[in-house]
Amino acid sequence: MSVLSQLSTRPLALFGLTIVLITFIFALFAPWLTPYAPDAQMFDGLTLEGAPLSPNGQFWLGTDLLGRDLFSRLVYGAQTSLIIGIVANGVAVSVGAVVGIVAGFFRGWIGTILMRFTDLMMAFPALLLAIVLAAIFKPSLWIVALVIAMVNWVQVARVIYAQTVSLAERDFIVAERSIGASSTRILFHHILPHMVPTLLVWSTLGIATTVLLEATLSYLGIGVQPPIPSWGNIIFENQTYFTSAPWLVFIPGAAIVLLALGFNLVGDALRDILDPTLKGKS
Amino acid sequence: MSAYLIRRILQAALILLGVSFITFTLLYLVPADPARQIAGRSATAQTVENIREQLGLNLPFYEQYWRYLTNLLQGDFGRSYLQKSEVGELIAARLPASLLLMVSAIFTELVFGVLIGVVAAIKRDSWLDKVLMVLSFVGVSAPQFVVGILLLYVFAVQLQWFPIGGYGTFAHLVLPSLTLGVLGAGWYSRMMRSSLIDVLTQDYIRTAKAKGMPSVRVIFRHALPNAFLPIIAMIGIDIGFFMSGIVVVESVFGWPGIGQLAWQAIQRIDIPIIMGVTLVSACAIVLGNLVADLVAPFVDPRIKLK
Repeated sequence: MSVLSQLSTRPLALFGLTIVLITFIFALFAPWLTPYAPDAQMFDGLTLEGAPLSPNGQFWLGTDLLGRDLFSRLVYGAQTSLIIGIVANGVAVSVGAVVGIVAGFFRGWIGTILMRFTDLMMAFPALLLAIVLAAIFKPSLWIVALVIAMVNWVQVARVIYAQTVSLAERDFIVAERSIGASSTRILFHHILPHMVPTLLVWSTLGIATTVLLEATLSYLGIGVQPPIPSWGNIIFENQTYFTSAPWLVFIPGAAIVLLALGFNLVGDALRDILDPTLKGKS
Repeated sequence: MSAYLIRRILQAALILLGVSFITFTLLYLVPADPARQIAGRSATAQTVENIREQLGLNLPFYEQYWRYLTNLLQGDFGRSYLQKSEVGELIAARLPASLLLMVSAIFTELVFGVLIGVVAAIKRDSWLDKVLMVLSFVGVSAPQFVVGILLLYVFAVQLQWFPIGGYGTFAHLVLPSLTLGVLGAGWYSRMMRSSLIDVLTQDYIRTAKAKGMPSVRVIFRHALPNAFLPIIAMIGIDIGFFMSGIVVVESVFGWPGIGQLAWQAIQRIDIPIIMGVTLVSACAIVLGNLVADLVAPFVDPRIKLK
């Protein structure tokens, strides 16, 4: 049975997939789905006292502290989350895969250096390292993505390294070697295909981690910078109003939780389907 | 055993040396000019130059690193650019609050995580199991600042059961610990569930059941102690997550620990403080992993020291 049809028999995975698809649709068609520009400060967007408006017929989810339409900012924020989630995690998984496979396949001094460096990176708390990096480079969308990638590749490298080491010692690889196959052939025809399921799972689960890290960095004010909307910086900007206008904090908050949940549910189901050693455990 | 211990401690020391090198390199790369920051806006070029001379900022990279390292080994983390005090003292003054929060958060996540995991495993495939597992997924998908603000809104602003922030009494500790504990509880409940299910299919459990032992006794006497082992190994690794988490949680709740110190330093780009907290956190993580590795074989004899 194909992976997709197996996914479709699991209600939770389907739920996750639906959330992810809806977010994608929002991000792709944002200009057509939003009634206002995300950074347009509306003339009638604040009360006479200058407070944000609550949800109403004109502004579906109300307005933020500068009189901008929250719904429009939220929809454009989906772009930010997905771009950073996919780019940052894509880079992290690629770097982690290369480091893990090279270290696990060639071992020797190069493997030792790579894995000791990985251990070293594990000793840094992810968020603090990202904060320091974000302080060095001026945060823009791409810099935030790179910073997150620089922090997140470590886990992937460890997992892929362990798998490559155990795979390289298996009989069929030894046999392949003994009939004179080159390292390149073994790497691309045997090792890499075996890593595909793991990489696929990490590509999905990792996006959840990335979305959360981006939101946290933006909430701390060192991630994506306003006026570019990100769900994290919407909360950062509006948190002074969280007692009088709680929706300004909790609607973007719910969006973050839902998107991370969606990727987690799909990733977890993929792991169940693709990893035969887990059969029957969950 | 002692050879392993020595090798493991040496490894930890090497990692910390590497951490100090990377930390220093990052510090060196930050574009902000420390001398200018210390001198203030109105200082003359001569004053700035004097401060630069005093701090050794004109020295080559490796000499600066050597000074930084020798200072570190004497417990000197440098001076804050803006608070005009020793970073080491600032951190030491705030460490107890963070440790208290961390211990309380570990307790919270263990209680919730183990409880949920055990119930889900015993009631495997029931609706209760499914609901609990979805909840644990929500727990690991929720950013800590959102959980924190939500708890604050519901329990401090609306219900007024707990203070809105600050430090001092047990009531102050509840919401920050819960916020930090939710994430870990999500992970632990899933791990506890699969670990217990794994153990419950083992032969010795079937034997115990076949002897006619009541199932409550089988679970508490034979299954739980074994299922609990992987969790113990995880607590050491957890410290890394906490070190990241306290930056967020302490700033949401105004908890006067090293996380809040780091957050305030971020706002003002006070690099020595950020570096100091990073180093202390890295030490905690390395120590946590070391202790977890050393304790594991004693708790679970199936794990052999390598």
